[in-house]
Amino acid sequence: MQMIGGMDLTTMSLALSAILFSIGVVGVIVRRNAIILFLCIELMLNAVNLAFVAFSRTAGVDGQIFVFFVMTVAAAEAAVGLALVIAIFRHVESVDMKNFNLLRW
Amino acid sequence: MTDFPLTQLLWWVFASMAVGGGLGMVTRRNPVASLLFLVLTFFSLAAIYVLLGAHFIAAIQIIVYAGAIMVLFLFVIMLLNLGHDYQSDLRGGVWIVVGFVAAGTVGWFIWQSFGAPGAVLQRGGEQQIAASVEQMNAVGAIAYPLFRDYIVPFELVGILLLVAIIGAVLLAKRRV
Repeated sequence: MQMIGGMDLTTMSLALSAILFSIGVVGVIVRRNAIILFLCIELMLNAVNLAFVAFSRTAGVDGQIFVFFVMTVAAAEAAVGLALVIAIFRHVESVDMKNFNLLRW
Repeated sequence: MTDFPLTQLLWWVFASMAVGGGLGMVTRRNPVASLLFLVLTFFSLAAIYVLLGAHFIAAIQIIVYAGAIMVLFLFVIMLLNLGHDYQSDLRGGVWIVVGFVAAGTVGWFIWQSFGAPGAVLQRGGEQQIAASVEQMNAVGAIAYPLFRDYIVPFELVGILLLVAIIGAVLLAKRRV
């Protein structure tokens, strides 16, 4: 505990980033609701953002600029993904992933 | 150079709020409750960005992420009328085991890599950011490198957004 209390914020934030990312991974594996799957992907992207911001304390402002790009890609992914969910919902009246088997072999 | 004790204390508060929000998001059955837990996580992450010295990133985290993207999700949940859909959607059996094995692997990885001594990071970037914030302000410190060194990725991201908008409209349209 003494060692953890003495750690600096960068290292602790990297650990928090890994924890949040693993929560997102577990959510994607365990849940079947497509919208919650997207929320878990957003959580993983945020964990990566936290790692970028933490590393910007050692490597300069470039890490914070990459957070911008990650946020933009996240917005694009959310727009296209939610459009896909709406299109599939129109066919099967459900957002459960067990109905999304059109491309499954 | 160590951080102030109060900063450390606030970090622990917001980190536990972030992890609690993440766990709440994965475990809630109601999609709206799940989304609001994720918003809690985003606000806690914004606070952690402030503690790490990234003030402008914290602001756009709240405005863009917690504001815009999450409202888009909420809008779709309400459009599809999923707010009262309380059926359990956990994958049964082996998937829960797979999920927790994944979490355990990551936890073991964190324990191994961060418990070990000698993982000392150099702290050069902090002074560099502080100097450029002093010279320009918090926005300019990010805007100048963004529009000077990263102009090509910036333009490419603009094209990506255009393609994503067209794709989203095309996919969600009833009749193309």
